[in-house]
Amino acid sequence: MKKKNMLKQVKRYWPFYLMALPACVYFFINNYIPMGGLILAFEKYTVSGGIFGSEKVGLNNFKFLFQSSDAWIMTRNTILYNLAFIVFGTIISILVAYLLHELKHEMSRKVYQTVILFPGLLSIIIISYLANALLAGDTGYINMHILAPLGLEPVSFYSEQKWWPFILIFIHFWQMTGSNCILYLANMSAIDPGLYEAANLDGANRFRCFVNITLPCLVPTIVTLTILSVGKIFNSDFGLFYQVPMNSGAIIDVTQTIDTYVYRGLMNTANMGMSAAACFYQSVVGFCLVMITNALVRKFSRENAMF
Amino acid sequence: MVKKDKGFQIMAHAIMICMTVMVIFPVALLIMSSLAPESDIIKYGYSLIPKKIDFTAYQYIFGEGSVFHSYLVTIFVTLAGTAVSVVITTMISYTLTVPGLPGKRLLSFYVLFTMLFSGGLVPSYMMWCNIFHIKNTIWALLIPSLLCSAFHIMITRTYFQNNIPQEILESARMDGMTEFGIFFKIVLPLSVPILATIGFMKALMYWNDWTNSLYYITDKELVGIQALLNNMLTNAQYLAQSMDASMVATDTAAIPSLSLRMAIAVVGMLPMIVLYPFFQKYYMKGLTVGAVKG
Repeated sequence: MKKKNMLKQVKRYWPFYLMALPACVYFFINNYIPMGGLILAFEKYTVSGGIFGSEKVGLNNFKFLFQSSDAWIMTRNTILYNLAFIVFGTIISILVAYLLHELKHEMSRKVYQTVILFPGLLSIIIISYLANALLAGDTGYINMHILAPLGLEPVSFYSEQKWWPFILIFIHFWQMTGSNCILYLANMSAIDPGLYEAANLDGANRFRCFVNITLPCLVPTIVTLTILSVGKIFNSDFGLFYQVPMNSGAIIDVTQTIDTYVYRGLMNTANMGMSAAACFYQSVVGFCLVMITNALVRKFSRENAMF
Repeated sequence: MVKKDKGFQIMAHAIMICMTVMVIFPVALLIMSSLAPESDIIKYGYSLIPKKIDFTAYQYIFGEGSVFHSYLVTIFVTLAGTAVSVVITTMISYTLTVPGLPGKRLLSFYVLFTMLFSGGLVPSYMMWCNIFHIKNTIWALLIPSLLCSAFHIMITRTYFQNNIPQEILESARMDGMTEFGIFFKIVLPLSVPILATIGFMKALMYWNDWTNSLYYITDKELVGIQALLNNMLTNAQYLAQSMDASMVATDTAAIPSLSLRMAIAVVGMLPMIVLYPFFQKYYMKGLTVGAVKG
């Protein structure tokens, strides 16, 4: 009886399993095999041994990695840049969304929105070119058309560390503010206008309305987005930190993140083990952060939790 | 109160205009630099108002095959990758909405887990290179980012759940349509908005992708437009060197490398500028469904 039932089920559902098959095979290869490949972090990789058969060296790779100053620098940079993105990003996105939402002139609001969304479509390579046109030492706009007419010395941006935290944070917001404020904008449109009318009748000014009505209505979104970004705090936009500074060695102390370290190590076989260890470190800590933050989201607002 | 609001409106406009200018300025600088003669750039730097307009850089692009070739590579990868990716994504998303499908929870978990944990670059790179040998093949540009994020599957599934009534599917089954027929002839045509949204996001990802090329491609035949730009950013003479092989008689010193770089960058972002107005709606939709559930 049971066997017959199963046969019936298979007969009924086989087209669906077939539809799911390509994605399942793809995820198995692209995502699940590399999870097993994390074992590379505990090996001294050789071509003949391959990924799963190379000589095991225990925690040696990690020992080397954490004895070097690299581990500290890349962790510090990754976390600090992400914190800056999260904190300033929330403030900027909400303010821009608020301005867009409050603008009465429909047409110009659409124009502003379209324009500030646009950088989100550009690849980080194009953005590197834009940055280069502004920052280049001998032909850049800032040196030739701003500093020179003012009689100031030209700045060689690509070899001076102190500018880069500002440049990278600025570029991040230049690219992302438009797309990041869309969600807040959608949230603001959903707020009941009656609340504002009532507040206006009571004589509340614009600032009080913002603080007492708009912000409280946004809190669930703010909390969820923040927690989700905290879950990704060990990841960084590889292009932003590798390509925009043009892979310049002089400023590596302020541009190295875990992703750029892993890539640089991978391209240099002598550092392969440390690169694999850094990759393992990123994956495992990242996973823990995602699990912790998801548990927090679940507690805060169940419907926004991933699982 | 009314007067006060006028002040606010003016301030809001002023801030937004500043932001708009900040966005447009570098893009305009890039476009204008691509139109300036090489000698002027060397002498005066990149400038918003070039002293002379000069199309040499663009003549090089259209006269010289390798830029055009890169463009074709990118167009092919974008079209093929997007099409395959959308089909695979919608198929699994649809499966995840079938009521009573045995093993559905397990399947959901299998998909979702890829969003939570990843092996990272090193194992993926080693696997693709040493087990599947995709280095310097067109597959390297297509496969590693095919289903770049399970997140697209999640939003497509939600769309199917909310917008495809089970009754229609049931009556089609009664009429004897096959499950594949139902999927391709009923479900997909009813889902154009979500297809456009994820299609645009995937196309954008493929068009802008340069990392796969950085990791896996050294063959000049397989360099897409973003990768070409990337190579030229780190090595201004890249195009001259790659031309040496193909066009021996070219005088490489005459190549306007500074303005040419800018011109290729312009050509690289042109399709996005042209298509953007048509897809803005779907792009914004992707951002709003995307941000929280992701």
